[in-house]
Amino acid sequence: MTEAAPVLQAERVGLQVGSRWLVRDISLNVGTGEVIALVGPNGAGKSTLLRLLAGDVAPTSGQVLLDGRPVSSYRPRDLALRRAVLPQQTVLQFAFTAKEVVELGRGPRRGAPNDEEIVRESLERAEVDHLAHRVYPSLSGGEQARVTLARVLAQETPILLLDEPTSALDLRHQQLVMRIAREIADAGGVVIVILHDLNLAAAYASRIGVLCNGQLVADGPPWETLTESLLSEVFACRVTVTRHPSHDCPVVIALPAFEPNGAGGRAS
Amino acid sequence: MISAPAAARRWTRGFRSSVEVMRIPAAVLLPGLAILLIVAFIAGVGIGAVRIAPQQVLAIILHHAGVELDVAYTHQQDSIVWAIRLPRVITAVLVGSALAASGAALQGMFRNPLADPGLIGVSSGAALGAVTSVALGIGWFGVATMSVCAFLGGMATAVVVYLLARHNGRTEIVTLVLTGIALNTFAGAGTGLLTYVASDQQIRAVVFWSLGSLGSATWQGVVVTAPFVLFGLAVLPRWGRALNLFVLGEREAHHLGLDTERVRLELIFVTALMTGAAVAVAGVVGFVGLIVPHLIRLVAGPDHRLLLPASALGGAALLLIADLVARTIVSPAELPLGVVTALIGGPFLLVLMLRTRRAQGGWG
Repeated sequence: MTEAAPVLQAERVGLQVGSRWLVRDISLNVGTGEVIALVGPNGAGKSTLLRLLAGDVAPTSGQVLLDGRPVSSYRPRDLALRRAVLPQQTVLQFAFTAKEVVELGRGPRRGAPNDEEIVRESLERAEVDHLAHRVYPSLSGGEQARVTLARVLAQETPILLLDEPTSALDLRHQQLVMRIAREIADAGGVVIVILHDLNLAAAYASRIGVLCNGQLVADGPPWETLTESLLSEVFACRVTVTRHPSHDCPVVIALPAFEPNGAGGRAS
Repeated sequence: MISAPAAARRWTRGFRSSVEVMRIPAAVLLPGLAILLIVAFIAGVGIGAVRIAPQQVLAIILHHAGVELDVAYTHQQDSIVWAIRLPRVITAVLVGSALAASGAALQGMFRNPLADPGLIGVSSGAALGAVTSVALGIGWFGVATMSVCAFLGGMATAVVVYLLARHNGRTEIVTLVLTGIALNTFAGAGTGLLTYVASDQQIRAVVFWSLGSLGSATWQGVVVTAPFVLFGLAVLPRWGRALNLFVLGEREAHHLGLDTERVRLELIFVTALMTGAAVAVAGVVGFVGLIVPHLIRLVAGPDHRLLLPASALGGAALLLIADLVARTIVSPAELPLGVVTALIGGPFLLVLMLRTRRAQGGWG
C-alpha cells in the first residue's frame, strides 16, 4: 500500500437518515497517487460515502478530513479548488452547448488566463471536442457523460470523486475514462471512483473498497479484495475469479445460477 | 423579435437534431432591444386619444429637462405628456423590466423553465395585502395604502416561504416550490374570504387591481418604485455566472464552489423586492416574467450573463407595447393590462409546453 500521507480521510463516518444508517462506521484513508474503486451491490452506500467525502452532507458520526482539516470547515470555493465531483447524471433544462457546460467547470478558477486552453484540452481529453457546439440536452447519454467528465477535468483539481463514470459508456470510452483516472493519480492526484464493472476496477484501481449494507467490508489491492468467497457473499451471486490473460489483475466472471431470490450477476 | 410559435418550433428542433445552434450575439441583441425599447417608449408617449408626434414628444421631454428644441406643441400636449403619459410609460418600463429580469433569475435558480416570480408567493401575498387594505378600509398611507399593503404582503409571503422551506440551514428547491404552492393557495383562500365580506365597490377595486393596470400611474408611484427596481436591475447581473452553475443542479453548483444557500437567499430577497414593488404599483401582471426570458433564450441561448440584462430590456419593451394595446384597442375604454399579457402569454405557454413535451417525450 502507498505510504503517502493521507489526503482524504474518513474517520469512522456514518450517515443516518430517519432511523436508517445509509453508511456506518467507515474509515478510509486515501493518499496521492491512488485510484480507489468503490464497488458493491445497489444500495450498499457507495454514493452516500462519496457525498460524505465530497462535503455535500455532514456525517452524523465521525468526520471527513481533507489535508488534515474537516471538509465542513472549507469554504465552497476552496473546496472546489481541491476536489471535483462527477455526478451519475446531469440533466439540463436549458440549452447550453457542450463547450459552455465545460466552461462552467472553470467556475472556481474563473478569469485564469488559460481558461480557453484548458477548456479545449478538457474537451479533447474526454473526446468530445467534435461536440463542442452542440446543445447538451440533444446529446446521447454517453456523450453527456463525457461532456460532464470534460467539465470535471476543466476544474483542474488534484482530487476527483467519480460516481459511476463508465455506466453509460461504450467499451472504448470506459477504458478512456479509467486511463484518464490513472493518469491523474500518476501525476500526484487522487481518484475515488464508484464502479459496477469489477473488471474495470481490477484493471485500473490500485485499491478496491468493497461496500455492503453501509459498511466497508474489504479494502486493499485487487488480488486481496476481489476474491471468490467475498464477492459471492456480498453480491449474493456465484462468481469465479481468474487471471487476466495479458495483465496481472483478476478477472471476475459471474456464473449463471439459480439462487432462491434470483439474483443475477453484474460482471461481464 | 420572432413570433412565439416559430421560436418554439426552432427551440424543439434544436433539442432533437444535431444541428449546431445559431445564436444572436450580445453585441447585436442588446442594442437591438434597446432600440425596440426606445421606439416603444416614444410610441407609448405619442399614441392615445390625443396624438403627439415623436419630435414633439422629444421636445416636451427635453423642455422639462431644461433644453429647448425648435418644435411647436400646445400647452395641452405638454400636460398630457408630462402629467399622464410619461409617468405611465416609465412605470411600464420599471414593471416590465422588474418582472422579466426576476423571472429569468428564478427560472435559472429553480432550474425550471416554468418558474415565475409568483412561485415564491410574491404575487398572491401582494394580492392578499391589497385586498386586506381594501376590505378592512385601512387608510394609513392615503392613496398609496393599497400599494404599500401589497408590497408588504408580497415581501412577507416570500420571507415566510423561504423560512418554512429552510431546514437545518439548507433549503431544497423542491421543498421551496411546494412551500410556495402551499402559501399561494393559502393566500388565495384569504383573498377569497376577504372578497366575500367586501362591498361591491371594494370588490371592483380589488378585481381591477388583480388584473393589473397602469391607469393610475403617477410620478409619486415612479419615485417610490424606481429605487427598488433599479437596485434589483443593478445587482442581478452579479449572479449571472452563479445562475449558470445553478442550471447544472444545486449539488453540482456547490461542487463548483458556489455557496448555494447564500446565493439562493440573496436571489429570493432581490427578486421579491423587485416583484413586490412592481406588483404594488401595477397590480398582478401575469406572464411577462415567464415569456420574456423564454423568448430571449430561444434567440440568444441560456447564458444568464446575457439573459438577465436582455430580459430586462425585453420585458420593458413588451409591457410598453401591451399597455399601448390595452389602452388603445377599445378606446376610449381600457382593457386590464393583465388581460392583454395573459392573452399573449396563455397561447404561448401552451405552444411551448406541447412542443417541449413532444421533443422530450414528457416532463422530467
